[in-house]
This record gives sequence, C-alpha cells and structure tokens, in this order.
Amino acid sequence: MGKTTAEKIFAAHLVDEPFPGTRVLRLDTVLCHEITTPIAIDDLVRRGKDRVFDAKKIKAVIDHVTPSKDSKTATQAKILRDWARRHAISDFFDIGANGVCHAIFPEKGYIRPGNTVIMGDSHTCTHGAFGAFAAGVGTTDLEVGILKGVCAFREPKTIRFNLKGKLHKGVYAKDLILHIIGRIGVNGATDRVIEFHGESIDEMSMESRMTLCNMAIEAGGTSGICMPDMTTVVYLWPFISSEFPSKEAALAEYSKWRADDDAAYETVTDIDATLVEPAVTFGYKPDQVKTVSEMAGEPVDQVYIGSCTNGRLEDLRIAAGLLKGRKIAPAVRGILSPATPKVYSDALKEGIIDIFMDAGFCVTNPTCGACLGMSNGVLAEGEVCASTTNRNFMGRMGKGGMVHLMSPATAAATAIEGKIADPRRYL
Amino acid sequence: MKKFGGPVLFLDRSDINTDEIIPAKYLTEITKEDLKPYLLEDLKLPGFDPKSSETGKCRVVVSRANFGCGSSREHAPWVFEVNDITAVIAESFARIFRQNMFNCGMAAIELSKEDIDCIFSFAGAGETVIDIDMNSCTIRAAGGGRVESFNFIISPFDKALVLAGGWVDYADSRY
Repeated sequence: MGKTTAEKIFAAHLVDEPFPGTRVLRLDTVLCHEITTPIAIDDLVRRGKDRVFDAKKIKAVIDHVTPSKDSKTATQAKILRDWARRHAISDFFDIGANGVCHAIFPEKGYIRPGNTVIMGDSHTCTHGAFGAFAAGVGTTDLEVGILKGVCAFREPKTIRFNLKGKLHKGVYAKDLILHIIGRIGVNGATDRVIEFHGESIDEMSMESRMTLCNMAIEAGGTSGICMPDMTTVVYLWPFISSEFPSKEAALAEYSKWRADDDAAYETVTDIDATLVEPAVTFGYKPDQVKTVSEMAGEPVDQVYIGSCTNGRLEDLRIAAGLLKGRKIAPAVRGILSPATPKVYSDALKEGIIDIFMDAGFCVTNPTCGACLGMSNGVLAEGEVCASTTNRNFMGRMGKGGMVHLMSPATAAATAIEGKIADPRRYL
Repeated sequence: MKKFGGPVLFLDRSDINTDEIIPAKYLTEITKEDLKPYLLEDLKLPGFDPKSSETGKCRVVVSRANFGCGSSREHAPWVFEVNDITAVIAESFARIFRQNMFNCGMAAIELSKEDIDCIFSFAGAGETVIDIDMNSCTIRAAGGGRVESFNFIISPFDKALVLAGGWVDYADSRY
C-alpha cells in the first residue's frame, strides 16, 4: 500500500508513539510571531527553561501589529526581539525587514518539501504548498516546539481533491478554495490533511498554491498539501542551487515526498475546475459562499487587499490589472497592504503601487493589521468590507463589522464600483 | 489534576469560533489573568449575556459541533481557565482548540449528538450542574429534578496530558 504525502513525512519524522494513534514528530522548522510567542517565552523563563532546541531552526517575525500601535503591542514586540537576540536567532525580522509570516518565511526559502513546520498561528497550513506538513498550533505546543523541537499529532487521515480541467479567466486559487470550503463546510476537513491534485493545481504558481493551502484551516484542515514539482523547485532554486547539481536533481529528490499512486485516502473528490466561478462569502462563516453573480450589487464601505492569503506580488499584479487607469468609487476606502517588504519593493518597481495610489488606495506597510481587526483598517459598527483575507467571522475586522471574502480581482472590481462586482467585465 | 465540574453554561450553536471566545484585540495582553473580563465578549446568542452573574458562576461549557474553530489562539482556553471554566463538552471540536485544552491540562470532551441533545434538554429548567469523572470517563448531569449519566471516550494521550497537568511537563520529562 502506498503512502500519502503526510504519511511519508510522519514516517520520516517519528520520534515517539507514546500511545496508539499519537505521533510525536521531530520538527524541521518552528516559526514564531509576536502575538502567540511572548507567553511561551514568559512561561519558559518562569520554569527556568529559557532555552531553544536549535536557533537555526527557529524563525521569528514581528508582523501582527507593526509598527507597534501602543504600549502593549510594543511590549509584545520587545519580548520577541529580546528573546531572538538572547538566543542568537538570526532569522528574525523586525521593522524595515518584516512582513506577514506566511508570506515572508516562504519568500526566504525556509520551507522545503518533506518538512515538518509548526507555528502559533492557524494559517501555518499555507506552507503545505511546498509539499510540507505545516500545522498551526497553540502557545503550549509552540513552547514545547521551541524547547524540544517536537510536536504531537494524531495519525493523519488525508482527503484528496482532484481539480480537473483549467480555471477560467477571472477565476483564481481563492475562488477555488472558497468553492471547496463551501462544499465541505467549516469542519469538513477537521483532523484531516487536504491534498490538492490535478491540472489546475499543476499549472498554479507557488503564490496561488499558498493561497489554496492557506485556507485549509477554514475547513478545519490540519494542513493543505500540494505535490512538489518543477514549479516548487524553480521557486526554491535561489536557495537550494548549492545543494543540487541541477533542477532536475532537486526535482528527483523532492519527488519522493509526492503521494504514491496507490496511497489510501479517506475520500477522493473530483472537482471540475472549469465550473468554478468567482466566489464571495455572504455570512459570518467561510463556508457561506455564493458566486459573484449572486452577490453582485451589495454595497461596501472598505476594500482591503493584503494578508497571508492574498498579499503577494501575483495578487497585487492581478488587482492592478483591473485598477489601471480607473478610480475607486468615491464612497469606498481602499487599503492595500503588500505582504512583505520585497512584495512592496517589487510592486513599486513594476509601477503597481502607482496604479493603486492613482486609483485612490491607501498603501500601508506589510502587517496582518486589519485582517484580524487589530490595526490599519479596523471597521466601525455596521460597516462592510470586501476583503482578500481569510475569515469573515462576526467582529473579525472590528466589532459590528462585516467581511465578504473574495479574490484580489473581485476586490478590485468591487472597489471600482463601490459594490460587489464581477471582475470578468474588467479583464 | 484539575477539578472538572460545576454549573453549566449552555452555548446552543455550532461553529463557535475563537474570535467569539476572545476577540483578537485582547491578544495584546501579556498575562492570562488580564483576559478575564473579555470572556465570550463577541458571541451573539439569544438570551446570552457574557457579563451576567449566571455566566460568571459557570464551570463547564456545553455546546454543539466544531467548537473552537478558527484562530489557533490559546487565549481561548486561557480565558475559560481564568474564569474557572476547565471543561468544554461538545459534539466535536476544532483540532487546535481541542489540543490547546488538553495541553493546558483542561478537558475537551466529545459526546454524540444524541447525548448533547439530552444535556441541552436540561437548559431553561433552573441551574444544571455537571460532574465529570476523568478516571471512569463518565459525566453526570443534574438539574430540574432530573439526573442523566453519559460515558465518554478520551484518547490515552489526552488523558495523560490531563494527569500530567499539561504538555510542557509531559514533554519535558520524556524528550
């Protein structure tokens, strides 16, 4: 019997099986940010165990509220900063170099096929785009990860989606994942790994695959996983070229993490990608999904483009394609938050930032900020935001506010019209 | 091991997320105790008031499916813990929330839909009190002159975490 990607990774990282069904895994990478790590640091200090298992395998960033907005967030940043210095964690990203965790860590080449990755952040599933097992955890799991380099998981069951055919123009990875979440529900993948296969996945950039895997958690999934292929190798090549004689050699090595043809899945679902339409959420759960045609005309107060879901260069290019030479509706506040300094800088060089600013967008520094209602675009009671982020929970972007999740293209079309709009008429 | 049991807080909805349990704006608190006033602040349910004295007396939460979905914030179990709620009983849990509860030495107990329906039938008839025995894996619910008992299954690993008082002590002694 063949193995799924998660089964292969589990087998290669198994440290202990204290009880049947519980697997303690060796971690390749532990990622940290300033919201969930400080209490772990504080607890380690109190226990007299202020140590790290391997400073080179720990990466840290200040991203959720940056620059700090008040004394409390400044204190959180300081705790993480002081800890990173104290333990000589060299892969630490502070003001001027910091960006949204799930955008900046892959951009630095830290995530490789076959890796085990944890972070005190539910959207850690993003990194499965590289053929890794990447799971969001709480502060206690993070604390043990920092101290011991291990984490316990239940034996993974995998559900597989085969995406047949190609996505139509104007339909993106975000629409596809919203479509899937709408089909299986917010707990449709709980305690499961989601593997994405098929023609439309093979053709996707790494950025799009990250968007896809990013929202696995919105269906309850432990990790989304895409199969490593030449697209993965080309993305990682600047970081791995000294490890392999050629890209083909890297592909041969990484391909061992691809699921076997005869792997056993809990469920296998075929989806006709040609039937997927631009998707928009309508309620307060990410599985409340309709097509843009059904949602068109709903007025919005704010349009937010950014986050670990859709704040990468590809997303900005797509949105700028619609905004070029146009103005956003007068009653709409447009906010762009490039996810990393590199995304920001590349977008500047390509003239994308000019397009956004000429259209009437405000451009903020890279930060998680408004996505979770912490800073840089929090909604007032009764306000509505069209957003490229990942959660539409009640109050998520500000108490009494409402969020409609959508792709960067749909968000740009919505900004232009001031109400939810079909992006395909602008392409 | 913590004591599990006491007056019940009924939260009659599926998919209660961790943003509703503790809004993100309070994640800037550095100590768990500072989270105490904000328990379930953004949860909108008919008849539910997070600030009421009834809510303040509760020691066990009973809810429906997929409890604790969304963000990984361990602040959700912590805000229960500092309000003396050490157990949640539900039809099912989101993975990270469930693990966070056991990692803190708290209990996230799953019962069948039928058993959860039965516990919810106590709601509205005065105070309901639940006792949880982690050794025999039984729950006793009493209220309005009725008593019902339920058996539950807990994985041996989760039970070991509860007995050890959490994952840090357990892991530190083994790895």
